[in-house]
Amino acid sequence: MVQHTQELRKLIAQALPELDVVLAWTSGSNQLASAPLFITAEDDLDKLDFGPMHVQNLAAYLPSLKGRKVGIVTRGCDSRTIIELLQEKLINRDEITIFGIPCTGAVNIRKVREAADGQRLRSVEAGKDIVSVTTDEGVRTIPMQDVLMEKCYNCPSQTPLIHDHMVTERNGCHMTGEAPESTLDKLDAMEPDARFAFWEESMDRCIRCYACRNACPLCVCKDSCVAQSRDPHWVDLSDNPREKLMFQAIHALHTAGRCTECGECERACPMGIPILAMKQALNRRIKHLFDYEAGMDMENTPPLFMFRQQEEHIKERDAR
Amino acid sequence: MPVLEGKELRIVGFLCNWCSYGGADTAGVGRFAQPTDLRIIKLPCTGRVNPLFVVRAFLNGADGVLVSGCHPGDCHYTAGNFYARRRLEVLRELLDVMGIQPERFHYTWVSASEGQKWKQVVSDFTARIHELGPAASFSNCPAVTVETGMKAAI
Ligand code: SF4
Ligand code: SF4
Ligand code: SF4
Repeated sequence: MVQHTQELRKLIAQALPELDVVLAWTSGSNQLASAPLFITAEDDLDKLDFGPMHVQNLAAYLPSLKGRKVGIVTRGCDSRTIIELLQEKLINRDEITIFGIPCTGAVNIRKVREAADGQRLRSVEAGKDIVSVTTDEGVRTIPMQDVLMEKCYNCPSQTPLIHDHMVTERNGCHMTGEAPESTLDKLDAMEPDARFAFWEESMDRCIRCYACRNACPLCVCKDSCVAQSRDPHWVDLSDNPREKLMFQAIHALHTAGRCTECGECERACPMGIPILAMKQALNRRIKHLFDYEAGMDMENTPPLFMFRQQEEHIKERDAR
Repeated sequence: MPVLEGKELRIVGFLCNWCSYGGADTAGVGRFAQPTDLRIIKLPCTGRVNPLFVVRAFLNGADGVLVSGCHPGDCHYTAGNFYARRRLEVLRELLDVMGIQPERFHYTWVSASEGQKWKQVVSDFTARIHELGPAASFSNCPAVTVETGMKAAI
């Protein structure tokens, strides 16, 4: 890891004179508090760090930096976000410089906290296959396999699909085990009424902070979000599960065919609400209907931006 | 003239102005008996049907939602219903994962001259919704009434 970091620093230092800012990660006050780092001068490079505890999808910053020369440190999944943003012309390829890194998976920080049983964390360290957590009660080691983000278990490519510079490829990958049961799996096994009750209970916990929206790299409407518009008035401000579920439906439908399942919405949620499941369900359907996955091909048009007169996989419900 | 026994259920219909609304009119002019649970909202085109209209209708207490427009190829605006078809197919999955049975939602194409087909569509869909019964609703959540809806809109 150290060696990779050195290499990354060197690559960024070389390109920095041509760039306004480079987006990377740094460690916060404790190792659970990974934070984005905005590198504008060579001095900033000392703070740079990357590894399994650095989880943010930095591509979320790109649309707001359109028009400037931006460098960005990128894992496989983040590169899909970048491709999707390029497809939608929300960013320009010639304005961004991509520093690809070999990824070994990202840790689900919520799971690490759970594994520490609510104990105060003194330090957290991610090794190759384990995460070790030091609490007042001592050191605990957790297999990496148990605390990864959901997306990492089925990661199609840990190497970025596009990049301008690449930190030396790592060989081997430690993610070999089975993915744990996902929320979507659980929902699939339920009857409709239980599913409805599941969301009612989940939304009851939602505090309407909209962190899920703000963290989403594809939520780019900013101040014109329909959730906050008074005219038309899509959602009212009452604190009840109906309005909150309506907001989740808005987020899911507005990212349908665009969402790359980066998981930022769910990661950012302070209440631990598994809202990614809705988006995964839509993606599954879109894959089936249009044979399409978001953020894979820069030349492709997202499926809800277009149509075919004869849709191969849509069977008309009635004879015409 | 409710054809079905018992209580009416709440079914919302989003109809395109050019074909299906005309089709419903034709059915009326032809005096075809139909169940009366459906409340029709006329729109310029099925391309205007934001899938969120359907979600909002269900969350506000609809038991079924029907969307109907011109046959593919006959859209007054050339391609509105082609876009609608993709969106509404995707919507089906969202309803499903939310716990609203996708059978409560139906979209179809009825032209202005197809009064008989319209009657059939409404009768079949209404019967289906009656079979499913009232949709699930939130327990600790005041229902949306015309009054609260109006207030929210102000
Ligand atoms: S999804 Fe793949 S590229 Fe992204 S953090 Fe997980 S392992 Fe790395
Ligand atoms: S909806 Fe969630 S998973 Fe999808 S792109 Fe946005 S943040 Fe990522
Ligand atoms: S981040 Fe979580 S709590 Fe905040 S609005 Fe989204 S779902 Fe609700």
